[in-house]
Amino acid sequence: MKRLKNFIFLLAAAPVVAFASGPAVPLDKAPVNLSDQDSLQRGARLFVNYCLNCHSASSMRYTRLQDLGLTEEQIKENLLFAAEKPGETMKVGMDKKDAKTWFGATPPDLSVIARSRGADWLYTYLRSFYRDDSRPTAWNNAVFDKVGMPHVLWDLQGEMVAVHKKEGEHEVIERLELVKPGSVTLAEYDAMVGDLVNYLVWMGEPEQLKRKQLGLIVLAFLAFFFVVAYYLKKEFWKDVH
Amino acid sequence: MSALQKVMGWVDDRFPLTATYKAHLSEYYAPKNFNFWYFFGSLALLVLVLQIVTGIFLTMNYKPDAELAFASVEYIMRDVEWGWLIRYMHSTGASMFFVVVYLHMFRGLMYGSYRKPRELIWIFGVLIYLALMAEAFLGYLLPWGQMSFWGAQVIVNLFAAVPFIGEDLSIWIRGDFVISDATLNRFFAFHVIALPLVLIALVAVHLVALHEVGSNNPDGVEIKKHKDPVTHIPLDGIPFHPYYTVKDIVGVIVFLMVFSAILFFAPEMGGYFLEAANFIPADPLKTPEHIAPLWYFTPFYAILRAVPPMFGSQFPGVVAMGLSIVFLFFLPWLDRSKVKSIRYRGPIYKVMLALFIVSFIGLGYLGLLPSTPIATIFAQIFSVIYFLFFLLMPWYTSIDKTKPEPERVTG
Repeated sequence: MKRLKNFIFLLAAAPVVAFASGPAVPLDKAPVNLSDQDSLQRGARLFVNYCLNCHSASSMRYTRLQDLGLTEEQIKENLLFAAEKPGETMKVGMDKKDAKTWFGATPPDLSVIARSRGADWLYTYLRSFYRDDSRPTAWNNAVFDKVGMPHVLWDLQGEMVAVHKKEGEHEVIERLELVKPGSVTLAEYDAMVGDLVNYLVWMGEPEQLKRKQLGLIVLAFLAFFFVVAYYLKKEFWKDVH
Repeated sequence: MSALQKVMGWVDDRFPLTATYKAHLSEYYAPKNFNFWYFFGSLALLVLVLQIVTGIFLTMNYKPDAELAFASVEYIMRDVEWGWLIRYMHSTGASMFFVVVYLHMFRGLMYGSYRKPRELIWIFGVLIYLALMAEAFLGYLLPWGQMSFWGAQVIVNLFAAVPFIGEDLSIWIRGDFVISDATLNRFFAFHVIALPLVLIALVAVHLVALHEVGSNNPDGVEIKKHKDPVTHIPLDGIPFHPYYTVKDIVGVIVFLMVFSAILFFAPEMGGYFLEAANFIPADPLKTPEHIAPLWYFTPFYAILRAVPPMFGSQFPGVVAMGLSIVFLFFLPWLDRSKVKSIRYRGPIYKVMLALFIVSFIGLGYLGLLPSTPIATIFAQIFSVIYFLFFLLMPWYTSIDKTKPEPERVTG
């Protein structure tokens, strides 16, 4: 029996070993913490100021930002640039066709971007832009090669250049180096991107905190109900031999 | 006579209400020795009801339109009261349906529940499984994400591999040359009306057939062979209600705890229940790097890919995939063993069943991965084992050394 188990384990494990291969660029862990409302508010501010010029979040209503502890007044005064009423969704004024001509691709809607790309990817991507004069925008990205998007946050981060190394036949990026500092330090920039990604994760599913809270109540109820049902069954089955 | 009895009498004169209740619940005698594996039939029924009810509420806000579908799902997730809960119940329910049905089928394999006189129950069951696969496939197009679109593209293209008529057949299915709004609309119609009706009808005949011959049990012996001489009730039988209703409630609660743990804390289930790529709206111009069907189809997808194209056609792979399910129908006649239950079978059947399960899970795992030479070799080995389980069954079940069955169930 033990031999059989080992055999099954081997069969199951073999493909894992055979196919193990990491992604091209190692991703940094995003500091996601959805219970940090200050971080989410800072992220929301960055989002409407920097992202919402080109990207829409067409499933997301401004009023929803109340869930982050903001009042409707605050939303109206500080965050409502591209819409008239807080009940509207986060649309973008830019024409889709124009966008395609300017960037080579329509900027994707960001409502659920954190659910398709993942927080770590976004966190690494937004910190991996570097100068590349061969590109139409003069920017490239170490995570997303030949990306159409320019480095929108460059005035914050500053300018990075890529340091290459040879790996066999290919030239690969070894690391990025800051050549022209931006308005904040790199550590501060990382924290800002962290806030932004935190917000994107929240926006991907604004109900998620409520969902988990409700989950605990549901499981607690089921656990209680289980005890009742178990003894009910035991009582009925006493006379089955 | 009380008022209630009067009402019941009035109804019973016109409709067999009490008789039906007795035949299927209070006087349906089930073997008293059901174990863990016997929870999954009633759980499958529970999930069916759950899917129908949540489905009804989803249709109230979902828009089967290529322009609106993706956004309408997000609308349900954000702006519809409790929409997120209903949607997650439906998406989690789809995967859990297959979990429950696979365990239910495995129970049948272990205890020989498909054997005479239960061949029709088994056949209806395989038909339910087929209808369920169609239902899941059709439903997966509706969110109109990248995986919805390209998954459907791959599957419908399988029909294009049929010689001579394939091309026309695939256009007929899609209603267009590519997956499009027309496809979405017809898939919606089939998903919400046609297949649910088929499923419910099949479940009904599955149960009628079961209650006609009576349930099998872990010992694989017929409880109807030993009846009380006076009452004619099987000696090892107990009324389904209340005994198995109270027992199934315990099973239901445990199941709901697992279900809730997934729904509330990991509704994407690491990308297995809701794929990351399906949070990108369908784009006919951008093929995803890696297209994989949802986990419950991957064993068959792996069989499809394991068969190399012949004469420049994928058709042999499609045939192999089709056969992998067709063989299930013949199981009652392929099995020649003297006993039904694994408890009294010999070592050969036990090894074959273990290999079959390992192959099925192995194929399921391989079907999730991109095709590589090593993966293909493994998939080919597993596919051969899968088919040998059926093809060699008449031989190995007849030479296997079985233990004598007991006269009565053993508790």
